[in-house]
Amino acid sequence: MSEPADRNNNPQSTPQTIPRKSATFDDYTLSEIRRAAATGIYDIRGGGAKRRLPHFDDLLFLGASMSRYPLEGYRERCDTAVVLGSRFASKPIELRIPITIAGMSFGSLSAQAKEALGRGASAMGTSTTTGDGGMTEEERAHSDKLVYQVLPSRYGMNPDDLRRADAIEVVVGQGAKPGGGGMLLGQKINARVASMRTLPEGIDQRSACRHPDWTGPDDLAIKILELREITAWEKPIYVKIGAARPYYDTALSVKAGADVVVVDGMQGGTAATQDVFIEHVGIPTLAAVREAVRALQELDMHRKVQLIVSGGIRSGADVAKALALGADAVSIGTAALVAIGDNDPALEEEYRKLGTTAGAYDDWHEGNDPAGITTQRPELAQRLDPVQGGRRLANYLAVMTMELQTLARANGKSNVLNLEPEDLVALTVEAAAMAGVPLAGTRWIPGSEA
Amino acid sequence: MTTKPIDLDSAFLSLREVNAALQAATSGAFRVLNPGGEHALACGLDAAIEVTIDGHAGYYCGGMNKHASITVSGNAGTGCAENIMSGAVRVRGDVSQSLAATGHGGLVVVEGSASARAGISMKGVDIVVGGDVGHMSAFMAQAGHLVVLGDAGTDLGDSIYEAEIFVRGAVASLGADCEEKPLDEEHKAVLDLLLQRAGFNVDPAAFRRYGSARRLYHFSVDHMGEY
Repeated sequence: MSEPADRNNNPQSTPQTIPRKSATFDDYTLSEIRRAAATGIYDIRGGGAKRRLPHFDDLLFLGASMSRYPLEGYRERCDTAVVLGSRFASKPIELRIPITIAGMSFGSLSAQAKEALGRGASAMGTSTTTGDGGMTEEERAHSDKLVYQVLPSRYGMNPDDLRRADAIEVVVGQGAKPGGGGMLLGQKINARVASMRTLPEGIDQRSACRHPDWTGPDDLAIKILELREITAWEKPIYVKIGAARPYYDTALSVKAGADVVVVDGMQGGTAATQDVFIEHVGIPTLAAVREAVRALQELDMHRKVQLIVSGGIRSGADVAKALALGADAVSIGTAALVAIGDNDPALEEEYRKLGTTAGAYDDWHEGNDPAGITTQRPELAQRLDPVQGGRRLANYLAVMTMELQTLARANGKSNVLNLEPEDLVALTVEAAAMAGVPLAGTRWIPGSEA
Repeated sequence: MTTKPIDLDSAFLSLREVNAALQAATSGAFRVLNPGGEHALACGLDAAIEVTIDGHAGYYCGGMNKHASITVSGNAGTGCAENIMSGAVRVRGDVSQSLAATGHGGLVVVEGSASARAGISMKGVDIVVGGDVGHMSAFMAQAGHLVVLGDAGTDLGDSIYEAEIFVRGAVASLGADCEEKPLDEEHKAVLDLLLQRAGFNVDPAAFRRYGSARRLYHFSVDHMGEY
């Protein structure tokens, strides 16, 4: 028999449990409590939701088998072109690939970054999008197809840019912050940004969360009428919504007269907003697609009003899955920035100096980006070569497109838009319910009984 | 007007036909008859023409105007002269919400009263209202002038940036970060010119001046109560 344990619980003589950290109060949570206590301001950052979410990774394609035959890679055509805005616009926008570049402002991004995005997208026959702050000459010059955003702030808004855009996007919300306005801290408001936005240099700029001259779908219908009248009914008009109530928001956008509906899930990035907003408002991209498609189908508008899906699109597989669930195209933002050099491990030493690490850098609002992308400091911005950056983006878009075609051919599709939900199964019960496809190996689609 | 205006009759022409005719014109004077409160009338004009809307206009009349002089003989709806760049819009009656919202330049005159959010997010436009303005007028106003001969509703100039507000009557309340400022001779001169351009013969000395206290220009936890 051994001796009774030391009553004083001496760690030298008594077996101990290993130290256990709380799952609720994990290290990140503790660090945030300390940060808040020290600074008295909420955590502001860029990017989209970082928490783990049900996503396209939780879906698989079935491929071809006895009942469906595949197409021969490299020999049998698999079309990728898409036309956006065929409902009302006399000049719809024609893209060679169904992958567009999402709205990102000059101001949040450097002029070099905007130029790189324009070069890369143009090389692949797709579009880029302006952002909160208006259209610059550089981005118009380097983007063959440019979508002009109409945002609540209307910074830099003018009818000449409206008329020289290829499409118009009325932004109701974005996935990172449905219901939130914009924020650009003073560090990034240099003289050029300030003058484009009619604001004093160096002040914190607050963008409104609601449009100044309309609220609700009935007003929006009249706003769209005005935009069409100003541009002689030529331009496709998109309505961009943050994924929150995608069924109703899509239906109301169609009612208001949209040619294209853009649904942005919570993984979609922002230049800067409160972390609490990014992580706790809105729904994942995967959960939004089928509901948006259902609204279009019930109105007999599927493929007539086009649906663009964004938020966490990273690969041709993500594109293929979004299209199979009913989208007409996707948009990328974060992935495009990574392609041109954002968060590159080659800059690790500099990320360390900023108190972060490559892959985690998200203090885009502070304007100190060593990659020269989310900054207005000339010495940093000039590090980004727009030609090289454009080339990298074009390469990345080409790879995504080839991946998309590979998956489409494997499922026997000669056009990527022929991908369908029946080509998919889900790996998790959650994804099966959200995507409305069976759990792999079963006939069970949770929620379909209702 | 030196020449007889060209009549465009909304009783017979579609909105597109009326606007296309106005947008294609490079000079001259036009009258839109029987407007019937139609929306988006005379929007997107880009030349120094004169347009009279002979009656009431709906939403966004004169929206994004450049160079043209537009007069509405009746009332106008929401967002009249929204995002105006230059030229002038005059309304003889009253207007609804969001008058000259985000306007970048030009002159907007309302002889009657304006509803809520007149001059919201204005970016350089000059606005003169003969009557009263509703609540939250000049909300987030960035640049330009809002002149009110009557009274202003609650929360005037909330979150205002560098725009200037002149009110002759009573102000129900000021919004966050808006404060009264001294009306010096230089301000009276600016105001006098605005009143003359708008066609109002009143004494600038009778107005009070309001603008940004600039306390919200940088985020601080100590100003939390104001957000």
